[in-house]
Amino acid sequence: MRRETWVGIILVLGLLAVPLWALAVDEPYTITLATRVVILALAGVGLNVALGLGGLVSLGHAVFFGLGGYAMGILASHAQSYTPLAEWPILIEGSKSMPVIWLVACAVSGLVALAIGALSLRTSGVYFIMITLAFGQMFYFFSISWPAYGGEDGLSIYVRNEFPGLNTLDPIQFFGVCYVILCLALLLVSKLSRSSFGLALVAARQNAERVQAVGIEPYRLRLVAFVISGVITGLAGALFADLNRFVSPSMFTWQTSGEIMIFVILGGVGRVMGPVAGAIMFILLEHFLGGLSEYWHIYLGALLLGVVLFARGGLIGVLAGREVAHD
Amino acid sequence: MSLLELSSVSAFYGPAQALFDVNLDVEEGEVVAVMGRNGMGKSTTIKVICRLLKNTSGTVAFAGQDLDRVPAYQAARSGIGLVPEGRRCFPNLTVRENLIAAARPGMWDLPAVFRLFPRLGERLDQRASSLSGGEQQMLAIGRALMTNPRLLILDEATEGLAPVVRQEIWAAISLLKAETGMAILVVDKSLKELGGVADRAVILEKGSSVWAGAFADITPEIATLYLGV
Repeated sequence: MRRETWVGIILVLGLLAVPLWALAVDEPYTITLATRVVILALAGVGLNVALGLGGLVSLGHAVFFGLGGYAMGILASHAQSYTPLAEWPILIEGSKSMPVIWLVACAVSGLVALAIGALSLRTSGVYFIMITLAFGQMFYFFSISWPAYGGEDGLSIYVRNEFPGLNTLDPIQFFGVCYVILCLALLLVSKLSRSSFGLALVAARQNAERVQAVGIEPYRLRLVAFVISGVITGLAGALFADLNRFVSPSMFTWQTSGEIMIFVILGGVGRVMGPVAGAIMFILLEHFLGGLSEYWHIYLGALLLGVVLFARGGLIGVLAGREVAHD
Repeated sequence: MSLLELSSVSAFYGPAQALFDVNLDVEEGEVVAVMGRNGMGKSTTIKVICRLLKNTSGTVAFAGQDLDRVPAYQAARSGIGLVPEGRRCFPNLTVRENLIAAARPGMWDLPAVFRLFPRLGERLDQRASSLSGGEQQMLAIGRALMTNPRLLILDEATEGLAPVVRQEIWAAISLLKAETGMAILVVDKSLKELGGVADRAVILEKGSSVWAGAFADITPEIATLYLGV
């Protein structure tokens, strides 16, 4: 087995071991912290499809994270207040069911990713970054100006949504749900990166003209990747909102997009386990350095500089070396 | 009807005209050599055929289909396989990944490519960038074959390679011609090696097709006049 696979297994098992240990010593806060790592890692896994495989530097992924969050918030708030979401042309009720909320979050994020991708992928480089950033800002200001769902104050959900057969209010059970979803997403992205689709995507990142000469249309390829990326990030947003039982316009900010990108870079761009490693590092830094200083981002910035200058493969690259051919 | 037909094709790089009324055709199962000195428009002609550069006048037709408004990826999908000048594999992908990324259904699959170039089979999980020049060239040909083309275009396929590797590449081209009957358009400067495979030749001079005919009809005078040999 390759070294990177071993590193991945250790990370995934370590991520499972920490909350189990916390359960044993009755530390529910640590379980919540681990759940946060898992959810942010999932958002990073989503971005990694676009950024790592497709080379698409999106500064607008907070759109999908926020949409996932608001899909949860809106459906749950209507279910909470027993008011329908719409009465005409068909009656649409709110929902407290996590699977239903996830489906809606994925569908909405996917559709919006399709629309944003269809427009922004006609550009490249700095223009692509700017267009995705502009979409992010549009959604941010729209959410602020939408008083029906809390406007600037956001939207609180008082009870965590339900998953059949589980008590999701129990931190370890909710962690379990998020952990399984992360593992499935990692499996999907791992398969994807080795498929002819993933390889063509990497090839298109290296040279778009060359892939056209072998019959591959880079635009469509990137669009599909962008939609998959948006769907995964949207699902992470729904889980994040459920974890906090709160959604606010801050989920749409460019800082959120930047943070997701930062831990993808910290972990290793294009490495399947990169976002997991990055999210662990990010949360640990936030937790420990944040306790020492309000300005812990200074250290994060220094670390990011170090990774970009001296360890392009991120933490996974440092631990596993340059084993992946298309890192 | 020819498999590939260029009629009075002109093309520009920005304001500079590179091709002037180029005419060229390739029949099914035929090997056609495109020859000429450096800078005479050979690679530009290949780019126009593959739709990597649009012609400003004239027509490019492949298998009866007008390619004038067709993007590069569709031209490749319609059956044009390109081995570009300078090899240009995907450097960070392995040999296997380079081949799989381009694969389309047909007789050419991984085992078929490895039968043609056994060395690639031995370097399956090696990055393309770590291969020798000759191996990269084999990979570039293998990648083009994996698209299962009806017409294979080789642009300076043996340039810069060691003589022994050149022989391997030419042997592979001969094998392709003999065993598959694939139409091949080959750009090269080596009269001797081309003579072993090419049925016909088209000579380009200053962006125009100035001579076309059976390869055997290239006289020493024509070679001296247009090819400088």
